[in-house]
Amino acid sequence: MMESFEAVRIISKHRGDALIVADMTPGTELPLVSTKPELDLSWHFAAMGKASSVALGLALARPDRKVFVLDGDGALLMNLGSLVTIAHMAPPNFTHFLFDNRVYRCTGGQPLPRAGKLSFANFAREAGYPNVYEFADVETLEKNIDTVINQVGPTFVCLKVSPALDKPIPPFPYVRVSDVVDRFRAALQRS
Amino acid sequence: MVAQETGLTAERVVDELKKCGITHLVCLADTKTRFIYEAMMNQKEITLVPFCREGEAVAIAAGLVLGGKKPVVLYQNTGLYEAGDSIRTVSFELHLPLLMLIGYRGWKGTDSAGIIFEPTLDAWGIKYYLVQSDEDVEKISIGDKQAQETDKPVAILIVREEQGP
Repeated sequence: MMESFEAVRIISKHRGDALIVADMTPGTELPLVSTKPELDLSWHFAAMGKASSVALGLALARPDRKVFVLDGDGALLMNLGSLVTIAHMAPPNFTHFLFDNRVYRCTGGQPLPRAGKLSFANFAREAGYPNVYEFADVETLEKNIDTVINQVGPTFVCLKVSPALDKPIPPFPYVRVSDVVDRFRAALQRS
Repeated sequence: MVAQETGLTAERVVDELKKCGITHLVCLADTKTRFIYEAMMNQKEITLVPFCREGEAVAIAAGLVLGGKKPVVLYQNTGLYEAGDSIRTVSFELHLPLLMLIGYRGWKGTDSAGIIFEPTLDAWGIKYYLVQSDEDVEKISIGDKQAQETDKPVAILIVREEQGP
């Protein structure tokens, strides 16, 4: 089991110029450690569960760029069909990081339906993702991440993270969403 | 029963979408707009992105817009209700242009999907245009221009007699 925050830090450290769409818990953590905040769309960006779909659109629009989504398990359960849609379109530049903490952490830690009994890796595999990984500690994640993100995608990475209910959730970034979007689009046009 | 001849053809709709510079059709087959979907399957200029549930469609389209493309989404009005939270995000948070082609189920007021349709669009402040013949097809370009100028969703309501009320 790893801390979500540590996993986000490692992903950001190895991202290069990847675009990142982040939802829920990792979306609150990414702004604290991001190496390229101008290329991030986090937390407040999408309706809950839709980060993976926004990231799919970005990946299709910009096949020249790597696109990562940092998704929550509760969020993915709200949009489970997106796994099939993503596998069908099969963007080679798409990596889907799933933070499997088994709770709705942002609302206080209530358990997900069937908490701990679901295999998101199996969901992704059956949906048709050609590359599926599961990591439970930061050492293994850091050792393998460069290989993972350089696969021909779509790639799914299930990260077993602590619910961390004893730790405070980073404060929600109170920024104007339209400002974030403008910064992102400008950065994308420049690069 | 032989389908009744109608004034709205898929070819004119597809041509108008190409005229607008549409790059992607984010689409789910439905009984009201399947003639457009099927025509789109037979061309290569616009990329089809089929999805599983309508809330996905709006979010995918948002990603495409952010990446510099020009998508249109295609679904039934029942799907609009499903996609409500995504539309809220695109319209009121992200301020992105989004053209939606929406099959008008219940357009004669024969089922609840139609009865609440236009009042729902009005309540959300979404502009819309009714397209039921080839003479109306230019409204797609008008709606597209409006979406681009206002950074808001605009709906094109597709009605075709032969596919029932």
